[in-house]
This record gives sequence, structure tokens and C-alpha cells, in this order.
Amino acid sequence: MSAAVGALPAQNVPLPEIPALVVPALGETLLMVGITMAIVVLVGVPLGALVFNLAPGGLFPHRVAHTALSWVISIGRSLPFLILMAAIIPFTRLITGTNIGIPAAVVPMSIAGIAFFTRIVENSLRSVPGDRARVAIASGASPVQVIRSAQLAEAVPSIVGGLTINTIAMIEYSAIAGTIGAGGIGYVAVTYGYQRFDHAVMLTTIVILVATVALVQLTGDRLVRRLTPSARDRRAAARGPVSA
Amino acid sequence: MIQLDQLTKVYGHGAGATTVLDHLDFEIAAGEIFAVVGPSGAGKSTLAQTVSLLERPTSGRVVVNGADLTALGERELRAARRRIGTIFQSDGLFSRRTAAQNVALPLEFLGVTPGERRTRVAELLERVGLSAKAGHYPHQLSGGQRQRVGIARALALRPSVLLADEATSGLDPASTASIVGLLKELRDELGLSILFITHEMDTVVQLADAVARLDHGRIAESGRLLDLLRDPASVLGTLLRPPQPGVPAAPGELAIDVSYTGEVAGDWLARVSRAVGADLHVLGARIEQVHGETVGTARLAAPAELRGRLLPLLAAAGLSAHPVGSDAAPALEVVA
Ligand SMILES: Nc1ncnc2c1ncn2[C@@H]1O[C@H](COP(=O)(O)OP(=O)(O)OP(=O)(O)O)[C@@H](O)[C@H]1O
Ligand SMILES: [Mg+2]
Repeated sequence: MSAAVGALPAQNVPLPEIPALVVPALGETLLMVGITMAIVVLVGVPLGALVFNLAPGGLFPHRVAHTALSWVISIGRSLPFLILMAAIIPFTRLITGTNIGIPAAVVPMSIAGIAFFTRIVENSLRSVPGDRARVAIASGASPVQVIRSAQLAEAVPSIVGGLTINTIAMIEYSAIAGTIGAGGIGYVAVTYGYQRFDHAVMLTTIVILVATVALVQLTGDRLVRRLTPSARDRRAAARGPVSA
Repeated sequence: MIQLDQLTKVYGHGAGATTVLDHLDFEIAAGEIFAVVGPSGAGKSTLAQTVSLLERPTSGRVVVNGADLTALGERELRAARRRIGTIFQSDGLFSRRTAAQNVALPLEFLGVTPGERRTRVAELLERVGLSAKAGHYPHQLSGGQRQRVGIARALALRPSVLLADEATSGLDPASTASIVGLLKELRDELGLSILFITHEMDTVVQLADAVARLDHGRIAESGRLLDLLRDPASVLGTLLRPPQPGVPAAPGELAIDVSYTGEVAGDWLARVSRAVGADLHVLGARIEQVHGETVGTARLAAPAELRGRLLPLLAAAGLSAHPVGSDAAPALEVVA
């Protein structure tokens, strides 16, 4: 990853060598974002469901717990990522034993991502009509069954839509984390493109980032459509009958 | 069987408290369809939710098949709720599940094996006439079909009590009639006690054995459907009878509302006219069949001075008679 830091050539990277520089960096970015998003989903979904159900009208409303949790999440949401990253360095070091590299980037990215995603999940659950939960309870569902089948399952398209936005935000954060030595595309862009005015490298990183984000968005949108029965229909109808 | 015993629901505390259900008492026998009607805000939906304990009653008891639901803890309550099927006004279907998957929901919650689940779901969809739509998603179904899926789901766990809150509201007359027919069949086959909540009076007349009118959280009036229909003094009876077209009485004439059922011989008008020695005019009349029995209502006009003799003669002929404009009788709608 950042092993090349000490041995930077003084002049621009020759064009044929750009792929060798950028491809591993892209791999690092994807790894960082991938690990982060796995943690974000694993923690954010239950946390979002918890916050939603602690609120008035939820399955187990609790004013104090809801307010406290909501505050913590809001603080996580309101700090700019660069500041959050710097502020929690002691915590990061405690967990990962280091404050550089991918492990060190994953910690602040996960925290920012979880705060973001918890709100997305909460919001998605809020948009599910409340009668679904009542139906489930009247059908003999336990609270866990209500959350799983009446709340989360119904909100899946909306949650996946939010996941797309969240993933893109994490790609952005990974670039910021790159500047403090986490490697990845962001690191390449800053060290070569920004500090050395290597336009070719800069341009390459930009193209790669734009393409990655576009791909994530496209995949997310397709997934949302596939997960929404009524949207699936509309697409089929729009395509029209294949043959008579 | 389901019994409500002094059922009370109060929302809020202290000065802001509103009593939505005020010491309700009634009983629905096995195989009985009990309709609750009432204006918007009367507490009908609250009643449905309190009976299934989706809302905890403030006081009073809900007894289903002898078990007091209000005495149960969450876990036992979950088991007890399986004896109560609920049909929701908004159908409450899960948008990402097919009709069959929606019907399977209560079975999944109970932990029924996939094989048994398939058999039961097929049975239920067949019963409500939707076998052909098993793989359709809610948005691909009509309102009436969605409501049928909701009924199949409510029946999945073989309940003995069915709660229906505005199950036919918003449906066209044909769909309403088919849902009403289905509910009656189910009642006959399964001996269900059905609590049918609605604001549509004509649906009540098609369906109910007994009716209660809820107003401000109290039962303002209740009784057997046929009794209410033939009682011209009953507010609920008047609400249930469709408005009867007619003409106003001439000056100096007395208008009398009468009602009767099948036991009264069809020539009553001629007989009473002969007995009183004057021709009675019919200002408006309506005769129909309710649960196989003839129910007739009419507004008659007669010279005012005959009042004292006419009323006993009508009563003797087996009719309920009620002079228009006397005491608090509700005036029938008169189309001039
Ligand atoms: N959760 C609640 N908190 C406070 N008041 C409530 C609540 N739910 C219902 N109410 C009040 O209880 C009263 C009865 O409401 P309910 O929904 O039972 O009426 P309804 O008879 O079903 O009316 P509609 O025919 O319009 O559906 C209303 O005045 C309503 O404002
Ligand atoms: Mg209502």
C-alpha cells in the first residue's frame, strides 16, 4: 500500500507505469470501503431498527434511551470526517494498534458510516406504513419477527437505496483517509497529483473515482428496482411485449 | 365466543385525557355476526384494536373462548391472539410478498414447516377464490382481491373470532357483496364469531345478526337486526333502513310510520282501512327481504281525528305504529 512513500521518483510517472501505480491503489480503496460497509451494515441495521423502535410509536418506546442514542448519532453525523478522523486517533490506535494504513482508516470510516446509515435505516423504517407492524403483531409475531418481516423486509428497497448513497460517501471518505496515509486512490491523487502536479496521474485517479461512483450508483439503482415488485412491473411494461 | 366486560380505553392523562371507550359490555356468540356502527371518531377502530389487545384497555376485560386476554403476559398474549383473526381496512398486505406469501405470514411466525405452510396457503387461497392469483403481488390485485387475501391471512391460524374494521369500506358494491357473501359462508362453515365494524348501513343489513351503535365511546343502542328494522322509534333502525321515498301528508291529515315483519298478513292495509271505516293513504313504502324474512315499512296518512282509534287497530294487526312528529321519533326523509 504505502510502501512506496519513501522512494518517490522526482519526475512524473511515465504513462506505461500509471496502471501499476493506480490499480493496486484502487484495490486498496475497494478493500477499505468494502470492510467499512460490511461493518456499517452489520451495526447500522440493528442500530437503526433500535432507534426507530425506541421512538414514540415504536415497539418499545423509551424516551430517555431514544434521546441519548439519537444525540450520539447526531454528533457522529455532524462532525466533518477529517475532524472526526483526527479526534478519534487514540481510540483508533487502541483498537488497531496503529494510526496509519487501512486498519486505521476503517475505524473512523466505520464510525462516520454507522452514524450515517443508522439515520438512513431509521428513515426508511419510518416510511413503511404502520399497519404492517400491527398486522404482524395481530398475526402473532414476536418483536424480533415484527422488526424482521414487517419493518426491515418492507423497507429493503429504501435501505438499499440509502446503502448506495452511503457507499459513495465512504468512497469519498476513503480519499480523505488516504491523505493521512491509508493508501488507496486518494493517497495517489494527493501525493502524485496534488503535491507533484503530475496531471496524468491526477486525471487517471479522477476518471477511476468517477467511474467507480457511477458503477456503484448504477448497481444500487438496479438493485432497488429488482427489490421493488411494482417497479419490476413498470420496467417490464415499458419494455413492452417482446413479440406478438 | 367473545365477551367484553366494562371495556374502557382512555388516551392521555389528567386534564388532557379522553375516554374513547366507556365501559362497553357486549357478547358475540359462536356463529354470530355482530356489527358495530357509528360516526367517525366514535371509537370503532379503537374498539377493534382494544379487542385484539393491540391497544391495552385502560380497564375492563376482553374474554375470548373463556380466556381473559387482559390478564395475559406478552408471550401468552401472542398465543391467544392466534385465536383472533383480524381484517384491516387498509388490507395491510406486505408489498414485497406475493398473495401466497402474505397468507403464509402468520404460519411463518408460528414456525409451521414450509411443506405444511404450502398446503395450508393453497387451501386458504382456494377458499377465498384466489388460487389463480397466488403469485401476484398486492399492486397487481384489485381492492376486493386484496381484501380477500387479507381474509385468507386472518383465517390462516384457524381463529374462532374474526375482527373486521371497515373491511368493505371503499370497495365497489359488487366487491362488497362478494366479501359479505364470503364472510357469511365462513361464519356458517367455521362457526366464527365475527365483529364487523363499519359505517356502511346497507352492508350491515346484508350481513349482521345483531347491531350496536357506538357513539362517544358508549353503546347508544343495540339489538337484533330484525327487531331494530321493524321498530319505527329506533334511531338505529332508522339509520339502517334506507331512506324511504314518499310524499308529505295533506293539511289536517295525520302521518303515521308503521313497520312490520313477515308474520303480518299482506292484506293488512285493507283490513285496517275496513276496521277504521276510512281509507288510509300510503305516502311511501318499502318492503324487502332481510335474512329471508319480509320487513316492511310504510308511512300512512289518515284524517287526524281517527288517531285514537287507528293506533290500537294497527297494533292489533301486528304492526308497530308511530305517529310522525310525536315525541323524539326521527322523521323519515320525505321526497316531495
Ligand atoms: N393513539 C391515540 N391517542 C389519542 N387519541 C386517540 C388515539 N387513537 C384514537 N384516538 C381518539 O379516539 C377517538 C376515536 O378514534 P377511532 O379511530 O377509534 O374512531 P373511529 O370510530 O374508528 O372513526 P373512523 O370512522 O373515522 O375510523 C378519536 O377522537 C381519536 O382522536
Ligand atoms: Mg376507524
